[in-house]
Amino acid sequence: MDDGLRNELSKQGVVVVKLEELYNWGRKNSVWPLSFGLACCAIEMMAASMARYDLARFGAEVFRPSPRQADLMIVAGTVTKKMAPQVVRLYNQMPEPKYVIAMGACAISGGPFKQGYNVLKGIDRYIPVDVHIPGCPPRPEALIHAFMTLQRKIDAQKVFGPDRAHYFDASKPSEFPVPLFGEHDLVPPKNPNVWEPAVVVR
Amino acid sequence: MTAPVDTSDPKQLGADTDGTQFMTFHDLAYDAGKTVFQRKAQPVGQGREGELLEVAMGPQHPSTHGVFRMDVVLDGETVVKLKPVFGYLHRNHEKIAENTSYLGSMPYTDRLDYFCSLTNNWAYALSVEKLAGLQVPERAEYIRLITAELTRVLNHTCLAGFLLQDMGALGTPLMYAFREREKILDLIESLTGARMMCNYMRFGGCRCDLPAGWLDEAKKVVAEYPKFLDEFDALLSGNEILMARTQGVGKLSAELAISAGITGPMLRASGVDYDLRKVDNYGLYSRYPFRVPLGSHGDVYDRYMIRMLEMRESLKILEPALKDIPEGPVVDPKAKLRGFRPKPGEAYGRIESPKGELGFYLISDGSPNPYRYRVRPPSLINLTILEDMCLGQTVADAIVTLGSVDIVLGEVDR
Ligand code: SF4
Repeated sequence: MDDGLRNELSKQGVVVVKLEELYNWGRKNSVWPLSFGLACCAIEMMAASMARYDLARFGAEVFRPSPRQADLMIVAGTVTKKMAPQVVRLYNQMPEPKYVIAMGACAISGGPFKQGYNVLKGIDRYIPVDVHIPGCPPRPEALIHAFMTLQRKIDAQKVFGPDRAHYFDASKPSEFPVPLFGEHDLVPPKNPNVWEPAVVVR
Repeated sequence: MTAPVDTSDPKQLGADTDGTQFMTFHDLAYDAGKTVFQRKAQPVGQGREGELLEVAMGPQHPSTHGVFRMDVVLDGETVVKLKPVFGYLHRNHEKIAENTSYLGSMPYTDRLDYFCSLTNNWAYALSVEKLAGLQVPERAEYIRLITAELTRVLNHTCLAGFLLQDMGALGTPLMYAFREREKILDLIESLTGARMMCNYMRFGGCRCDLPAGWLDEAKKVVAEYPKFLDEFDALLSGNEILMARTQGVGKLSAELAISAGITGPMLRASGVDYDLRKVDNYGLYSRYPFRVPLGSHGDVYDRYMIRMLEMRESLKILEPALKDIPEGPVVDPKAKLRGFRPKPGEAYGRIESPKGELGFYLISDGSPNPYRYRVRPPSLINLTILEDMCLGQTVADAIVTLGSVDIVLGEVDR
């Protein structure tokens, strides 16, 4: 529908919205994160939901302790190799549609502890990440910005048509294999469906 | 030594009474003879071993303060066995430190106990200064004292909020605590450039001088802080629910605390008068009189009250220190930042961090990296006797007990 007609109708008190818009509007303003802190970044995540930063303005203050009730997983902190299986398992337990924010240098790439023997070099090796926030720790404002970015992404997801969001397609995976401790390292070392090492072109 | 304190009024508990350095206090209800809540002795597993239930709490659990797991065996609701499982946040801090230069480990110490990065910095700087024989200028000592006490106030405030959250006071006390935390964080941020990961101390001093107007801002925050403490005390310290949930819960005897190596507010809550600020006399603590609050029952309530009182004592140190701070350099001009190689030897530097004795043990072989680098984390050692404190109590009390230990997983697992 073109905007002129819609404007004309709204002047007459007839408000027309697409079902998709209504659906996404509701979803993007009530994202419930999983209350799940891993390390230092989790403190800034809490600070973002407390007085002064007040994440409730974006409808995301309802931190749920159970993955079954959560829409968003904020991976806030260092993912160690002992913890990575639990993180993937929690992700698998969340119902679709689900989103992931990788908060902080550690969750993105291992951060300052990348050289260590026990730190996963980025959670996006195992689960798809929607928004990355750099920083060590990112400020609460950065988390809020990530939220707004995620809201834009939710808003743009299609409900109908050939390019509709992946979670309407039953053939697309919504759960990913949980890595296990092998002889030397986590097995498998990555999930090729979501991550491939970057190819450096010189 | 016992100073008479009027225990009928929670506000009075932190007030000055006379010149004595130590004071003791009693639980309000115990003293007034009106115990609010009578706890029944819980029978433990009498012939019902077949009905025991094993529950793994964590690593994803809202009340385990991070990625800590405790495997509890329950008889009904009573804890009959508790096994703490560590290591979900093991980040190879010590190994990394042995492969980088001395200064290169300073940012990593921030990430040990991420509430108190400034005290971690200080403990590490202190041990390297011992190793290399560096002197610290007076102004830098003052800055260290001020930032460390601000950190202590910040840590205890947050702890009180988290403890209340573990008891089920969802949100509100924690909101109040974080509101105050932001005020201190503003100070720390304008001084160091970062809210949490300060990386501020250097061997032989501090990285940079105080910015203009910082002292006035700090004085304002310190002057207004008692108002918040009064508010917290009025709302919580005498609160019946809080007393019912904490008095007599998670008791720790002085003997067990000493033999297990417990330090910090937890040890003092059991009535042992041991505070490194008095014992070691490091920094400038001998210049400022302050008292060490001591508990008498060693339960969760005592641990909570100790922290409330310690905050008031910290403010008492901060107030004159902010006035007395002299002008001068903030770093020893003889200290070398680049190519820093201490002569072979070993050193152990320790301070009273908000959680207990935080120590760094270093062995130098004359190379730019330490040969051995070891952290003595107070959180880990305070956590080791969790089972002794929780046995025979309900699982809800075990959560509160864990909250009162004040752990930060970055430090427990390193
Ligand atoms: S990115 Fe920095 S602040 Fe965040 S968890 Fe890692 S070390 Fe901690």
